[in-house]
Amino acid sequence: MHAGIIFFLVILGSILFHIFTPWYWTDIASNWKGMDDTITLTFWVGGGVFIAVCLFMIYCVFKFSYKEGRKVEYKPEDKKLEKILTVATTLGVAALLAPGLIIWNQYVNVPKNSIEIDVMAWQWGWQYRLPGEDGKLGTTKVVNINDDNPFGINMDDPFGRDDVMVQSDIINLENNRPVKILLRSVDVLHNWYVPQFRAKMDAVPGVVTFYWFEPNRVGEYEVLCAEYCGVGHYAMRGGVEVQDPNSYQEWLGEQETFSDLIAMQNKEIETKKGCKK
Amino acid sequence: MSDEYENNKSGYQAQSSEAITGSAGSTSPDIDYVRPAELPEQDLYHGHTFITKWVFCQDAKVIGVQYFLTAVFTGIVGLILSWLMRLQLGFPGLAGFITAEHYYQFVTMHGMIMVVYFLTALFLGGFGNYLIPLMVGARDMVFPYVNMLSFWMFFVAVVILMASFFVPGGPTGAGWTLYPPQTILEGTPGSGMGILLMLVSLALFVIGFTMGGLNYMITVLQARTRGMTLMRMPLTVWGIFTATVLAMLAFPALLVSAIMMTLDKVIGTSFFMPTILKAGEVLEYGGGSPILFQHLFWFFGHPEVYIVALPAFGIVSDLISVHARKNIFGYRMMVWAIVGIGALSFFVWAHHMYVSGMNPWFGFFFATTTLIIAVPTAMKVYNWILTLWRGNIRINTVMLWCLGFIVTFVNGGITGIFLGNVSVDVPLSDTYFVVAHFHMVMGIAPVMVIMGAVYHWFPLITGRLLNETLGKWHFWTTFLGAYSIYFPMHYLGFIGVPRRYYEMYDSPYMTSAVGMNEFISLAAFLVGAAQFFLIFNVIKTLKTGKRAPKNPWKANSLEWHTSTQPPEHGNFGERLPVVHRWPYDFSVPGAKDDFIPQTTPPSEMVHTKVEKT
Repeated sequence: MHAGIIFFLVILGSILFHIFTPWYWTDIASNWKGMDDTITLTFWVGGGVFIAVCLFMIYCVFKFSYKEGRKVEYKPEDKKLEKILTVATTLGVAALLAPGLIIWNQYVNVPKNSIEIDVMAWQWGWQYRLPGEDGKLGTTKVVNINDDNPFGINMDDPFGRDDVMVQSDIINLENNRPVKILLRSVDVLHNWYVPQFRAKMDAVPGVVTFYWFEPNRVGEYEVLCAEYCGVGHYAMRGGVEVQDPNSYQEWLGEQETFSDLIAMQNKEIETKKGCKK
Repeated sequence: MSDEYENNKSGYQAQSSEAITGSAGSTSPDIDYVRPAELPEQDLYHGHTFITKWVFCQDAKVIGVQYFLTAVFTGIVGLILSWLMRLQLGFPGLAGFITAEHYYQFVTMHGMIMVVYFLTALFLGGFGNYLIPLMVGARDMVFPYVNMLSFWMFFVAVVILMASFFVPGGPTGAGWTLYPPQTILEGTPGSGMGILLMLVSLALFVIGFTMGGLNYMITVLQARTRGMTLMRMPLTVWGIFTATVLAMLAFPALLVSAIMMTLDKVIGTSFFMPTILKAGEVLEYGGGSPILFQHLFWFFGHPEVYIVALPAFGIVSDLISVHARKNIFGYRMMVWAIVGIGALSFFVWAHHMYVSGMNPWFGFFFATTTLIIAVPTAMKVYNWILTLWRGNIRINTVMLWCLGFIVTFVNGGITGIFLGNVSVDVPLSDTYFVVAHFHMVMGIAPVMVIMGAVYHWFPLITGRLLNETLGKWHFWTTFLGAYSIYFPMHYLGFIGVPRRYYEMYDSPYMTSAVGMNEFISLAAFLVGAAQFFLIFNVIKTLKTGKRAPKNPWKANSLEWHTSTQPPEHGNFGERLPVVHRWPYDFSVPGAKDDFIPQTTPPSEMVHTKVEKT
C-alpha cells in the first residue's frame, strides 16, 4: 500500500517537475527548430508511455497485493494481446523515427549558398578562417603549421592566398546566412558546440568534418568544446557574435588575409635585413 | 561427499528406469516419460584442503561468490570515485586536492570499473557461475578447472587495474572510452604507466572472461539435466546465456583495439594516430584513424550494454514471476526478445558516433536499427507489468527492487529513444542528458536487479533470510535518492551543460545549474551511504539472522530443490533432478499449492489445468 503511494508520488513529482522546471532549453538561435520539435514530440509519446506503464504497475500494486488464497489468473500467453502491443509499439516508434530521419537529411545536405568556415582546434583553443573573394578556402596540411602560417595553408594553393584569418577564439557570423562549419584538429578530438545553435560535430585530427546551421538571432554566444580533449577541456571556450549583414561586412573588411600576413612577414624580414646592413 | 558419487556413478540408469515405470500414484506411466541421459555422469574434483576448497576452488558456486565479492569491491571503489566527482561538481573547490587531472582520472576509472569490472563481472561471473549449473540441473560447470582460472585471471586484472592508482602519473584520465589520440599523448593524465596498466588489465579481463564464457555457454548447451529443454529454462539462464554469446563475439573487438593501442603507445605504430602537432612539434605518428578505434570500441561497447542488460532482464523476470505468484507472461516472446535484442545489438554501435565525424550518411542506418531494438525491449516491459496483472503480489523487498527496476528502466529506455533518433541526438549528445540516460538505464536499473537478486538468493547462498525492515530502508533510500539524482539531471542536458567538465564557470545559461548540481551531489552522497544498510544487514544476518526454511519463496526452479540448502558441491546429492515442466507454474488452477516445482511429474498433477510444460 505504502509502496504504491510512494511510486505514485514519484511519477506525479516527475510530471510536475517537467511542467514547472526552470531548467529547459536555452533559447534557440538557429534554423534547427525541427530538432526541438522532434524532442517535444518524443517527450509526449515517450512520456505518455512512461506514465502509462508506471500507472499500470502502481494499479497492480494496489489491486493485487498479496492475500492468502487470492485467485490468480493462469494464462501463460495471449497471442492477440501480444500482437496488438507489438504492432502499436512499432507504429509509435516509426512515428518518432520518421521526423528524426527527415531532419537528419537536412542536416547532412548543406545548402549551396552557405559560407564555409574553417574551424581549427587544438589543445586548447580555436581559430577561424574564412574564404576570400574567390569564395574558396585554400587546402591545408598539419605539417605546414608554424608561426608564419598559423593555419598550415599550402603555399602553392592559389585559393589560399586571399583567405581571411581570424586568429581569435571569437568568430563573427552574418545573421540569416547559412554557414558550413569545416572542422579540423591538429592534435586530439574536439567539438565546436554552441548550445543555442543546437548543432555539433567532432573535430578529428587527420580528417575534415562538417556540419551546418543558419544563425537567426543577433547576439553573442559562448562556444563550448563538447568532446573530451584533456585536462583543459572544460576551459576550452570560444565565442560567436551574430551580426546583421552591414555590421558583419564591416567586421569582415577589418580582418587580415593570408596575403596580408605574408606581405607583413616579408616586410619584417626586409627590415631585419636592413638592420643587419 | 565424494564417496556418495563413487557409489552412484551409474545413477542415471536407475533414474531412467524409474521414469519409465512411473512413480507411486501415477495414472499412466507414459506421461512422466523423460528421455534418458545420453552420457553417464562424471565425478567432480573435490577439494580437501582450505586452499582447494575456498581459494583455488573449482566449484562454480564458490567461484561465483569469489567473482561477486571481487566485483563488489571494485564497485565500492567506483562508488567512492563518484562521490569525489560529485564533491567537485556540486561544491567546486571545496576539496582542494581534486585537481582537473584527478577529476578526469576519477571519471575514467569510475566508468571503466562500473561497466566492465563491476557490472559485467558481477552478472556473468557472479550470478552466471552460481546460478547456471543449479538452474539447468548440472553438478557443476563443464570445465571446472578453466572456470577457476577464469576467476583468477579476473582477479589479476583487478589487481593490475587498482595498481594503476599507485604508479607515477596515476591511472589514465582519458575518459572510459579511451579515445585516441589523446589517450596516449603526453599531457593526458596517466598517459605513461596508467594507460598501459589499463590496457593490460583489459586484455587479461577478456582472456579470463573467455574462459568463463565458454563454460557458461557449453554448460547451458550440453549439461542440462534430463527434461530441461531450452524452452523450459528459467529466463535468468536465457539472459545470462545470450549475454555470454554476445560477450564472446564483442570482447575480441576490445582486445584487438587494446593491443593496437598498446603498439601505438609502446613501439610507435600509427593504427589510430594521424599526423599530430603538439606543442609546436609534429610528432612521429601519421596516417592512422582515430575513428577506427571508435568503431572497434563501440562494436564492443554497445553489445556490452546488453551484456549487462540481458542478465538483468532475465533475473528480474524470474523475481517478478516468483513474487507475483504468477507465471511470467509470454515466456516465448520473452525468450525471442532476449535473443532478438542480442542479435540486433551488433548492428547499432555507431549510434554512439552520430557526431563523431564518421560519414554522416551512416546516421540513417544506425538510427533505424536502434529504434527497431526498442520494439522487443518494449515487449519485455509490457510482459513484466502484465505478469503483475491479476497476480498475487508479495510487496517484499525483492519485489520493491523489481518495481524500482521497471520505473528506472522504462525511464532510461525512453530517453534512449531520444538519443537513438539521430537528429535528436545532435543537440543532446555529449551533454548531461546522456549521462543521465545511461546511468538510469544501465547503472541504476541493473543495480536494482542485482539488489533484488541479492535479497532473493541470499537464503539460498547462506541459509539465512536478510532482514526485511532494513531491506526496505535500503530500497527506498537508494531508489528515491538515485531517481532524484538522474531524473533532474536530464534537464541539465537541455540547458546544454556538456559532460566531462571539471568546472562550469559562469556561462550565463549554466549558472542556473549551480543549485541543481548541489542538490544532485547531496543525493549522490545519500545513495552511496544508503548502501551501508545492505552491508549492515548482511553482517547482522550472517551473525544472528533468521534461518531460512527450505525454498523460502516457494519457487519452482531447480536451485531451490537441491539436496541441501545452501547446496553442497555437486548441487543435487545422489541423483540429478528430472524436469517435467517450465519453472513458471504458479497458481495453476486445481493445484493444491500455488507453485509446482519443475521436478513434479505430470502424473502428480493430473487434475490441474497446466497449459504449458
